[in-house]
Amino acid sequence: MSTAGEAIQDHDHDHEHHDHKATGVTRWLFTTNHKDIGSLYLWFSFIMFLVGGAMAMVIRAELFQPGLQLVDPHFFNQMTTVHGLIMVFGAVMPAFTGLANWMIPMMIGAPDMALPRMNNWSFWILPFAFAILLGSLFMEGGGPAFGWTFYAPLSTTYSSDSTALFVFSVHIMGISSIMGAINVIVTIMNMRAPGMSYMKMPLFVWTWFITAFLLIAVMPVLAGAVTMVLTDKYFGTSFFDAAGGGDPVMFQHIFWFFGHPEVYIMILPSFGIISAIIPAFTRKPLFGYASMVYATAAIAVLSFLVWAHHMFTTGMPVFAELFFMYCTMLIAVPTGVKIFNWVATMWRGSMTFETPMLFALAFVILFTIGGFSGLMLAITPVDFQYHDTYFVVAHFHYVLVTGAIFSIMAAAYYWLPKWTGNMYDETLAKWHFWLSLISVNVLFFPMHFAGLAGMPRRIPDYALQFADINQIVSIGGFAFGLTQLMFLWIVIKCCRGGEKALAKPWDGAEGLEWTVPSPAPYHTFETPPEIK
Amino acid sequence: MKTRLILALTALFSSSALAESQLNLTRGVTDISSRVYDLHMTIFYICCVIGVVVFGAMFWSMFVHRRSKGAKPATFHENVKVEIVWTVVPFLILIGMAIPATTTLIAMEDTSDADVTVQVTGSQWKWHYKYFDNEVEYFSLLATRQDQINNRLDKGENYLLEVDRPLVVPTGQKIRFLITSDDVIHSWWVPDFAVKKDANPGFINEAWTRIDEPGIYRGQCAELCGKDHGFMPVVVIAKEPAEYEEWIAAEEERQLKAKEEEQRLMSMEMSMDELMDLGESVYLGSCAACHQANGEGVPGVFPALKGSDMALNDIPAHIDVVVNGASGTAMQAFGNQLSLRELAAVITYERNAWGNDTGERVQAADVNEYMNQ
Ligand code: HEC
Ligand code: HEM
Ligand SMILES: [Cu+2]
Ligand SMILES: [Cu+2]
Repeated sequence: MSTAGEAIQDHDHDHEHHDHKATGVTRWLFTTNHKDIGSLYLWFSFIMFLVGGAMAMVIRAELFQPGLQLVDPHFFNQMTTVHGLIMVFGAVMPAFTGLANWMIPMMIGAPDMALPRMNNWSFWILPFAFAILLGSLFMEGGGPAFGWTFYAPLSTTYSSDSTALFVFSVHIMGISSIMGAINVIVTIMNMRAPGMSYMKMPLFVWTWFITAFLLIAVMPVLAGAVTMVLTDKYFGTSFFDAAGGGDPVMFQHIFWFFGHPEVYIMILPSFGIISAIIPAFTRKPLFGYASMVYATAAIAVLSFLVWAHHMFTTGMPVFAELFFMYCTMLIAVPTGVKIFNWVATMWRGSMTFETPMLFALAFVILFTIGGFSGLMLAITPVDFQYHDTYFVVAHFHYVLVTGAIFSIMAAAYYWLPKWTGNMYDETLAKWHFWLSLISVNVLFFPMHFAGLAGMPRRIPDYALQFADINQIVSIGGFAFGLTQLMFLWIVIKCCRGGEKALAKPWDGAEGLEWTVPSPAPYHTFETPPEIK
Repeated sequence: MKTRLILALTALFSSSALAESQLNLTRGVTDISSRVYDLHMTIFYICCVIGVVVFGAMFWSMFVHRRSKGAKPATFHENVKVEIVWTVVPFLILIGMAIPATTTLIAMEDTSDADVTVQVTGSQWKWHYKYFDNEVEYFSLLATRQDQINNRLDKGENYLLEVDRPLVVPTGQKIRFLITSDDVIHSWWVPDFAVKKDANPGFINEAWTRIDEPGIYRGQCAELCGKDHGFMPVVVIAKEPAEYEEWIAAEEERQLKAKEEEQRLMSMEMSMDELMDLGESVYLGSCAACHQANGEGVPGVFPALKGSDMALNDIPAHIDVVVNGASGTAMQAFGNQLSLRELAAVITYERNAWGNDTGERVQAADVNEYMNQ
């Protein structure tokens, strides 16, 4: 994607004379162009995906056999923690922000994001955040080792000194996300082309709009949580220390008040992507547009009422357990509506199966499987058995990897022709898809069984009855990890050249982004399009 | 090639080892655990049915409504009736599911009228059990040898799921657990009882069980509690009530004797060899998890004792930190975990092992004197 910009220069477009952009590294450092910033975000997130993936490989290598082989338990805990943090804050969230940057202005007929300088800033602080986080691994005592959920007092009294760096880096990530979210909201509210009413916006824009509000609501809560951890550890407060009148369980309430909406932050934009791709390749309008919008809003509201389903074993009063169980079950209803809508969109369509569609279909099936295990986890009495086992690890990887990540890959294949002006290599891409699909299930499906049989999560070594399952899982893990290098190659190849893409390479696709040439010129919609 | 792959896969899946390993939740050995199992299977089957319907419709369209088969796209994009149906029907299914879940949950949380009460305290990385109705309490530590973990010895059948002193409880009686922690959060979990409850420092959680069958039940700590979270199993032995009474009486007697013996032995001097032998075994059992067997600790997390100023020069401070711990750190107070002789031995050991050759002996009487100051 970095070459996308260069490619534009050798083309002759109407907008060519506006392309006064710097060259070399300053172009990227000082850019305020939404497409450049989108590319930066996307590349950054892909690098983070590989870094976090490398850590997953360390985890899976250690768990390949019972016994301790490669790493000591303290380092193992650092790997799981940093893997989780990097994947959530470094891979998934920046990828969505990158897609938002590239696509939202083009989808609503705006020339750029509303706050372009802030846009530059919100990206460029991210590399520092992750450099700090990764650097802390090399400190004496190691990096964060308390899980991505950093429960107190493990993260306060009992953590190593790198905790201050962890707190600092999470603050930077949070600031970046909030700035990105403000930008999305201001852009959508003010910069829609004439005639683009709210109920005409593409669903990707809608879902991001709602996601941005979630971000603004909960990132400050995360900032509060890490700050309290900081002061408890270094400045003698006792928010989470019973000896000083605090309560360690309060930490979990605060964390999950952020954490549950956070998981929807990582999936709502996916819903938008899938709602764009499925109609395009079924050549039929999306079924139930309005109900999709309402369902997204309902999910967003409910997501503030279910946080304690992560805390059923902490010893809450029964009525609280019941309340959170009911709310959690309720959230399955709007989620179900979405899935039914996608299936109804496919019904009596005229389907073809290019790679974006393959990833989108895999998303629908595998995300639904993740939803099923989520429904099972909602049943409190049974959650006592599932909680903190590999069943949960299976559950959230189905929604995050085959959910969020698959939708991001679908989006990348779908819009790569628009970004680069070239078609990606369809044969390689199909290989990438099928290998990913098979390996990801070998990787994550057996984890359900390990969890049901009683294997706790976050352990570097396990009892012998889990040995076979873990071996299969690890093989799937290595295969999935390697397969993603193919994706890197496919994207690089597509940036470098290939069959030239039409302005609208997918005959069934709808939306303003397909009305501009491919690759999209550096500046688009300087005069707003008219929407009937 | 393809067939070979399939053959290999089937071989893998039908291998006797895999057939033996459990793939589903246990039904357990209590009424509650069996109700939990039934709930689990019910919700699982509901998901299967919904899955068959949804994925069935999806695959049907994928095969029938594809362009290569000449399918022409329809244009419908709304249908209020259908949309109401697929909002209301799932809602009703969920209500059907919520009812048994609610009754089970209420039963699980009813800890009243217990016959036996045990306090369960987690600390890095062991469990402590204290019986309320008898003068019995003890620690329960992982019994798997370090050599097995480091792959120098073959792993035993109950690798990582075995402890030196299991919790012993009677069958057929309501046992109440009061669960808490001395340091970070742990979680006490025995799948066969469907009991998993967090141990929160400074707070007490309640849980209960009534076990139908005598037997040995194994579980693990379920909440990340630091480096050796994976190495603090739970083992519970359920005995017939009569046998249990016998056991607890004998145990009470034994603990009383041990205290008397301790008083008697206090005046006895131990030789350097005796102290070092006992000290080494105590050190490996209680201290090496943090300070490491070679005394070098984990830099930045657990201090080295090898060459430490305290271990070389300052006996009173050394006794103090081992007896009382260092508050606000992972260094626990061992004063009530180890006997006076063990304390003396482990302190002596730390002052003379790994080249800390001070030649000084610390006796039980010294520790006792310090504790009584
Ligand atoms: C759960 C981890 C853990 C265990 C188990 C543990 N320690 Fe410690 N120990 C620590 C930590 C952390 C410190 C540092 C405390 C501080 O910062 O003041 C420490 C400090 C010490 C010190 C002081 C070292 C110095 O040079 O200041 C001594 C002596 C010591 N421990 C002895 C023991 C003995 C003896 C045992 C076993 C009976 C033991 N420890 C078990 C974590 C542990
Ligand atoms: C490359 C493939 C991946 C593999 C092989 C993998 C493997 C694992 C494993 C084995 C664990 C559990 C560690 C443990 O509990 O001991 C884990 C935890 C986790 N993973 Fe992944 N993962 C992958 C990709 C991802 C992605 C893409 C995401 C997010 C989008 C993700 C998010 C998480 C999170 C949040 C945790 C929890 C960390 C914690 O316990 O604190 N993973 N991963
Ligand atoms: Cu949640
Ligand atoms: Cu633990």
